Parts: sequence; C-alpha cells; structure tokens
Amino acid sequence: MEHYSMDLTLRVWRQRNCTENGRFETYQVSDISSEMSFLEMIDVLNERLLQEGKEPIAFDHDCREGICGSCSMVINGRPHGPWKGTTTCQLHMRAFKHGDAITIEPFRADAFPVIKDLMVNRSAFDRIIQAGGYVSVNTGNAVDGNAIPIEKDKADEAFAAATCIGCGACVAACKNSSAMLFVSAKVSHLSLLPQGAPEKASRVLGMVAQMDKEGFGSCTNTFACEAECPKEISVLNIARLNREYLAASLAGD
Amino acid sequence: MVDNKIPAGPLDTKWKNYKGTVRLVNPSNKRKLEVIVVGTGLAGASAAASLGELGYRVKAFCFQDSPRRAHSIAAQGGINAAKNYQNDGDSVYRLFYDTIKGGDYRAREANVHRLAEISTSIIDQCVAQGVPFAREYGGLLSNRSFGGTQVQRTFYAAGQTGQQLLIGAYQALERQVALGNVQMYSRHEMLDIVKVDGKARGIIVRDLVSGELERHFGHAVLLCSGGYGNVFYLSTNAMGCNVTASWKAHRHGAYFANPCFTQIHPTCIPVSGDHQSKLTLMSESLRNDGRIWVPRNAGDDRKPTDIPEEERDYFLERRYPAFGNLVPRDVASRAAKERCDAGHGVGSSRQAVYLDYADAIQRYGRAEASKRNLGDIPKEAITGLGRDVISEKYGNLFDMYEKITGENPYEAPMRIYPAVHYTMGGLWVDYELMTNIKGLYCLGEANFSDHGANRLGASALMQGLADGYFVIPYTIGNYLADEVGKANETVNHPAFLEAEQRCQERIEKLMSIQGRQSVESFHKRLGKIMWDKCGMARSEEGLQDAIRQIRALREEFWSDVRIPGNILEMNPELDKAGRVADFLELGELMCLDALERHESCGGHFREEYQTPDGEALRNDADYMYAALWENRGEDGWALHKESLVYDVVKPSQRSYK
Ligand SMILES: Cc1cc2nc3c(=O)[nH]c(=O)nc-3n(C[C@H](O)[C@H](O)[C@H](O)COP(=O)(O)OP(=O)(O)OC[C@H]3O[C@@H](n4cnc5c(N)ncnc54)[C@H](O)[C@@H]3O)c2cc1C
Ligand code: SF4
Ligand code: FES
Repeated sequence: MEHYSMDLTLRVWRQRNCTENGRFETYQVSDISSEMSFLEMIDVLNERLLQEGKEPIAFDHDCREGICGSCSMVINGRPHGPWKGTTTCQLHMRAFKHGDAITIEPFRADAFPVIKDLMVNRSAFDRIIQAGGYVSVNTGNAVDGNAIPIEKDKADEAFAAATCIGCGACVAACKNSSAMLFVSAKVSHLSLLPQGAPEKASRVLGMVAQMDKEGFGSCTNTFACEAECPKEISVLNIARLNREYLAASLAGD
Repeated sequence: MVDNKIPAGPLDTKWKNYKGTVRLVNPSNKRKLEVIVVGTGLAGASAAASLGELGYRVKAFCFQDSPRRAHSIAAQGGINAAKNYQNDGDSVYRLFYDTIKGGDYRAREANVHRLAEISTSIIDQCVAQGVPFAREYGGLLSNRSFGGTQVQRTFYAAGQTGQQLLIGAYQALERQVALGNVQMYSRHEMLDIVKVDGKARGIIVRDLVSGELERHFGHAVLLCSGGYGNVFYLSTNAMGCNVTASWKAHRHGAYFANPCFTQIHPTCIPVSGDHQSKLTLMSESLRNDGRIWVPRNAGDDRKPTDIPEEERDYFLERRYPAFGNLVPRDVASRAAKERCDAGHGVGSSRQAVYLDYADAIQRYGRAEASKRNLGDIPKEAITGLGRDVISEKYGNLFDMYEKITGENPYEAPMRIYPAVHYTMGGLWVDYELMTNIKGLYCLGEANFSDHGANRLGASALMQGLADGYFVIPYTIGNYLADEVGKANETVNHPAFLEAEQRCQERIEKLMSIQGRQSVESFHKRLGKIMWDKCGMARSEEGLQDAIRQIRALREEFWSDVRIPGNILEMNPELDKAGRVADFLELGELMCLDALERHESCGGHFREEYQTPDGEALRNDADYMYAALWENRGEDGWALHKESLVYDVVKPSQRSYK
C-alpha cells in the first residue's frame, strides 16, 4: 500500500455548550499522512490549535478500535464517515485525497443534546436499557452453562444482534431520529435466547415506551440506519421487534 | 508486617471455609449501608450489580458517558474457566497451577486457587445473563486455547468477548439502577478519597460536564478503575485509562504493589509513525492457528510470500518446541525483540515479525473439503474453503488489521510487534480485596493480586468478574458488619471539605501554569522514557537514568504545561492533565521498583539477570516477595515486603521448551 500525504480543508462544528448556539469553523491542515486514523488527524489539528492559544475541538473517543462506541462524528454528512461498517476511530486517512474538503459535525438528534463541539449526550440509551434490556437473574442463581444448549444458528443470530456498540449512528442517520435499530438489536439479542424468553413481552413494551419518552422519532423504514451502522446490524431486527411488540400488546389487552 | 488475612487450612478448603464462617450483614441493615464503586468495567459493574442485588445502597462512577464503554469492552480473545468441558484433563488445580507458573511464581497461592475455583461459576452466571458465547453445532459451549496452557479452557464470543461480558454486567447494573439500588454517575471522575479516622469514608469527584466538584459519602469505597498501561503513552489500552484513582489512594497511604510488573503483548500492529495515538492488539487467540516467523537472513527485503520455507525462521517453534507459538506472552515478546534486535525484523521500521496464516488456511481448507466429501479439488478451492473457516473464527480481527494497515492478511502475513498491554502491579490488597486502608477495596486490573509477574491470556476477564460477582459480595460483609449502627459522617465533615479544597487547589494550580507545551506532548515524552528504559528490557543504568529524566520532566510539566479553557466546563485537556500529572509520579515508582528487583521474572526482564540462552533468571532466595511501596510524600517511598509462601506448588525454572 502506497502512503501519501495530503492537505485538507476542514469545516468543523464548534459549540461551547448545550445552551449556546454553534457554528462551523474552517481550518486548513497540511501534511496529513494517509496512514493516520481520522482521530489522529484531529489530534494533529488540536495540537496546533493549542499552540495558537485556541481551544481544541472536543470529541468523544476512548478505545480507538471500533468497539466502545464512544466516537460519534458525522463526516461529510455520514455518521462515522465514508467507509462501510467502520467507526470514526477506525476510519483512516487513506479514505481521502489531497485537497479534499471535509465537514465534521456531531451526531444530531433531539434526544442527543450537544455537550460541547462534537460531543453529545447519549444517556437516553442507558435509560432504554434500564426499561427492560436485561435478564432478571441475580448473581449466584445460575445453572451450569451447558445445561441450556442453544442451537448454533440461534446463538449466532443473537450474537450478531449483540454486536451493537450503542454508538447512536443509526439515530444520527435517520431523518426521523429513530432509535429503532438500536432498540431492536438489544431486544433481539435477548429474545432470541432461551434465557431471555420469560421476560420477552415486558422487555419489548418497556423499552419501546422508554424510547418514545426520550423523544426519538418513529421508524418509517428508510433503512438509512442499516447503511450507516458500523456493526452492520440488520434491519431484520426491526421487523422482529415489531412482531414481538404486536404480540406483547395483544396479549396485554 | 502486613497481614494478608489468608485463611488457615488446606489450600482447597480455604475459600469454602471462609465463606462458611465470614460475618454477614442482615438484609435490613444492608439497606442502611452505602457503598461507593469507582469504575464500572467488568470488575466494577459486576460488583455494583451484585452488591445492589444484595440490598446495599450503591453509588457507581465512571468517566465515560456510559458504563458500557469501559475499557473492558475491548477485550477480544476470551475468558478462562476450569470447566473441563473438552475432557482434555483440565481441573481447578490445573488452572491454578498454570496461573501460578505463568505468573513466574510471584502470586499468592490462596488467591489464585480461589480464582480457579470461582472460574466455573462465572461462565454459568454470564450464560444466564444471555452472554452469547460461541457454541458448537450440538448447541454446547465452544472453547479454544490460549498461551501458557495445554488445555482448551477459553470461552469466547468471536473476537469480542469483552464487549459481550461487559454488556452482561452492564445490563445487570442497569437493572439495579432501574430498581433504585444503584445510582450511576457517568462522566464523573474521582479525584480523591476521603479518610476519616483512618478509614475510607468517601470520595471527591468532578462532574466532567459542568466541571463542578462533588463530595460523596460511603461506608466503604471500592476502586475498580482498571490498569495503568497508558503510563507508556502508546499501549493497547483505551485512551482514557489512567492511574488517578489508585494513585490518590496511594498518596493517602495505600501500598502500591509490584508497580514494575507490566505485560508487553507480543501480537500488536506495529507503530506506523509519530502521529500514532494508540496501538491495536491482534488477539492472542491468533497464535492458536497463526505461525510466527522472520527471515532467516538478516535484512532480507523480499516480499514474505517470496521467501521460501527453508529461509524462514519460525523462532518460537524452534526455541520452544513443547508450546511453540503458544508460549506465554512475556516469552513470546522477548523472543520477537531478540530477533528484531539481531537485524531480522521486517517492514519499513524493521520492528516487526510475521504472523502467518497460510498454513492454517490450507489445513482448514483440506479439513473442510474432506468433511464435505469434495475429493480432489484445486488448491485455490481449498484456499477459499480455508479462508471461510478463518474468517468465521477471526474475521473481525482480520478486518481490523486491514482497516488499519490497508493490507489484506488473507493474502500476505500480518506484521506484528510487542506492545504494552496490561499491568499486573496495582494497589496491594489482602485476601478480602481490602487495601491497607480500612474500608478501601480494590478490584480488577487495578489491584495486584492474582497474576504475579506475568498474566496468562484470558485470565483478566476471569479475575475482574471473580472479584466483582463472587468475592467482594462475601468479603465486604466482614467489614461492614462493624459499621452497622454507627453514626455516619455527613459530607460536611471537615475531612470532606479539606479533601475538596485540595482538589480545587490542584486544579487551579494546573490551570494557572499557562505554559507552552501541551499535555499530550508531556505524555508522549514520558511514554518514550518508560518504553526505552522500563519496557521489555531493563538495566540498572537505564533505570537510574529514567528516574532522573522523569523527575526533570515532572518539573517541566508543572512549570510549562498549557491547559486551555476554564474549570467550570467540559474541558478534556484539564481531565487529561490531571491524569498525566499522576503518571509522571507513577513512572518514577515503576522505575524504582524495577531497579530494586535484582532478578528477572515474568514481564520484568533485567538484562543483568538472564540464563545463558537468554531466559529470565529468577532469584527465589532473595526476591520471592511482593514489593509493597509506601508513599512518603516529598521523601519518596519506603519498601515493605510480603513474602510469598508456596505450600503446594514447588517453584522451578519456568520452562516451555
Ligand atoms: C485490547 C485488549 C484486549 C484484551 N483482551 C483480553 C482477553 O481476551 N481476555 C482477558 O482476560 N483480558 C483481556 N484484556 C485485559 C482486560 O480487558 C482488562 O484487564 C480488564 O477488562 C480490566 O477490567 P477492569 O474492570 O479492571 O477495568 P476497566 O474495564 O479498565 O474499567 C475501569 C473503569 O474505571 C473507571 N475509572 C477509571 N478511573 C476513574 C476515575 N478516576 N474516576 C471514575 N472512574 C474511573 C472507568 O471509567 C471504567 O469504568 C485485554 C485488554 C486489552 C487492552
Ligand atoms: S445499531 Fe449500529 S448504529 Fe445503532 S447504536 Fe448499535 S452499532 Fe450503533
Ligand atoms: S473510540 Fe471506541 S468505537 Fe471509536
């Protein structure tokens, strides 16, 4: 793989806090190596801003390997940027070329208020989990791990749903700011497994109710979420959620 | 000297007897007792959830925006348990023995045996929570091997075991939040502990969004704040990992044990340039099937696929025929360094070796072809089948490699090099996980307890969850039983006000320096000193030099660091500055500890102490102890020792040949 270096124009969303209005600022960066990660490119810019006596750009990040779900930028209109199935922290500058202009914004949704610059508050996701996203089993209650055989296909399907990293890109990608892909992934992970079955109905009702309460929009099946999800969570999970929701609502009537 | 509170009796009955006789707190009293949990990774989330279930009133803190994002999420390979589901000779004793030996005889027998006993319940608990572990076609749990063992006891969920285990613990935690038993404080950073009459009674935290300081009371305080590998700047740890919580406890008198015991992981993606902000691990599970080699001729510049078999040196298989590519991490890392130092390294920096999957792809391909009865099929078809198998087992790791390097690891071998990964050292704790400060506990990677001088793969997750789910719920009662009915201090007690004042002053001092250099630049320089002088090979001269350099760097930091913005707002540079300031003190202690240990053991390799064939040379006569460092403020540190007594295992020269 040939390495190259590039100069770029960045338009970055700057916002002091959740009450003040934000605006775009433009920065030029030069000598960016194609081997850098996207966040390392921002590190370079931040170091320069510091030297110039300005405030660096605030953004969430931690693992920088695509698993913690902290990083959350909209890059040229796409949550997590141009690479499919990739988080912002795993995006590398090879994706860009010399002279490119890049617009960087926070994940935008009413339920994700901006904290500062590119950082948003995603605690709504934790509250959705509190509303039922678990199996009610206290420590010490468990039977032997192999006492509950689970067909490999089922286990694999549950695992695929459980790979969701709770980043919120699905919400940012959706014109309605719907959280359905996230919620359906969480619901599917547990309801596909025998351990999660007893609480299936109350879980889906509780989590959907909380989702609505948090101010996420409704799902109109545009599938923008699936296209931008860094873990490529399938929209089939949404169909499963809808089925379960319907069944649970009818049973409750 | 120190009382490690190891129960009397034969090794395999200690924990059982302890549990049977330990004092209990009755349910109605539990509701009156408050427990603070700092950190909600695997150790903290499992502890907070379990204590909440028992009825204690828990307050839990983490600096990320959600407990689900703790560094534990990044663990890839797996978690050990002595289930012996494979019928390959595993047992509690064998897991215990492997861990003691893997740790190069520098861990406590009683703790490690308890860990091995508990390991099986962890798997059961996680399965019950809905953790989607890998399964076989028959529906039962699947296992694989990890380094330093000859059995298959590692449970896994593709290459993201940590995420699945943490989600399990996080969901259990959120359930307790919903039930009102746990109060969760995200984006909060602990800046100090509060001690009243010698006991830990609370903490001072900073709300990272508003910048305000807060005082929180607890009858006991649990530090579950993770490891300090980021003192090296470049490591496989998440960017936010830090030592601050442990360090503040250390400043209050808690002993820091074996700080120099750090683990350098052999298989990471090599450094690509100065811009590098972190290193990415390629899971040890890859050594199950991958073969590690360098060109036999130093400086051979050919493409790896052009180098014929007889001109390759599979140096681990050559040096350690019994364990081959699955020797423990410290051994594998040193062997790779030795080859690179001798000029056999590959890639542009020559600081890398190959991890090759070509053989495994062929082997799995042939097995698949025979399973499907495909008869004689062309080599390309075999390769295709083999790739599919490899992709199912390791696909996400291969993808990660490709995203970072831009190279396809199915086509050509990966390039890897050792990187800082884990810290075996940490706050000293007794058998009950209590530090030498009463009421202050330490769990998970932050404590020093179970891994000696080298941790075996897949046992950090096991230890974190053992501590949180199954140890602390018992041991904490033994202390809290005495706290029932005593008057609580309020957070207006002078000790709280003083502690808050100290934090405030330190923050103001940092902000007032207004120098010229960024926090990051200091961190990078510290990391370089640590890596060069206190990394994979250490020497007396180098360590002394490192101590001088670190002291000078610390002074420079406190006179020339530049922190922008204000105190009362979200200010990531300020958060980072506090952490780096603590690393600048810890680095010195690590070098001091390494200097004082005149032997090589596990991850600690002193160039002066090696066997003729370059293996670590232990000195059991003089160094069979855990080094406990007491902070004396301006006067540096005093060393205390906890002797390690081996009643069951006979320490021997570790051999993987
Ligand atoms: C890339 C990678 C892969 C790994 N793979 C494996 C594996 O396959 N198997 C295995 O067994 N081990 C593995 N490990 C090791 C293992 O993941 C860790 O040792 C373990 O997860 C640590 O868990 P913990 O709960 O102790 O700490 P962490 O998960 O690091 O959690 C620390 C918590 O403390 C909080 N915190 C820290 N400081 C403060 C403060 N001052 N105030 C408030 N909160 C604070 C953080 O917010 C966080 O919640 C791996 C490690 C890495 C780096
Ligand atoms: S479904 Fe995908 S985009 Fe949405 S939170 Fe989960 S990982 Fe992120
Ligand atoms: S920083 Fe963890 S997923 Fe991007």
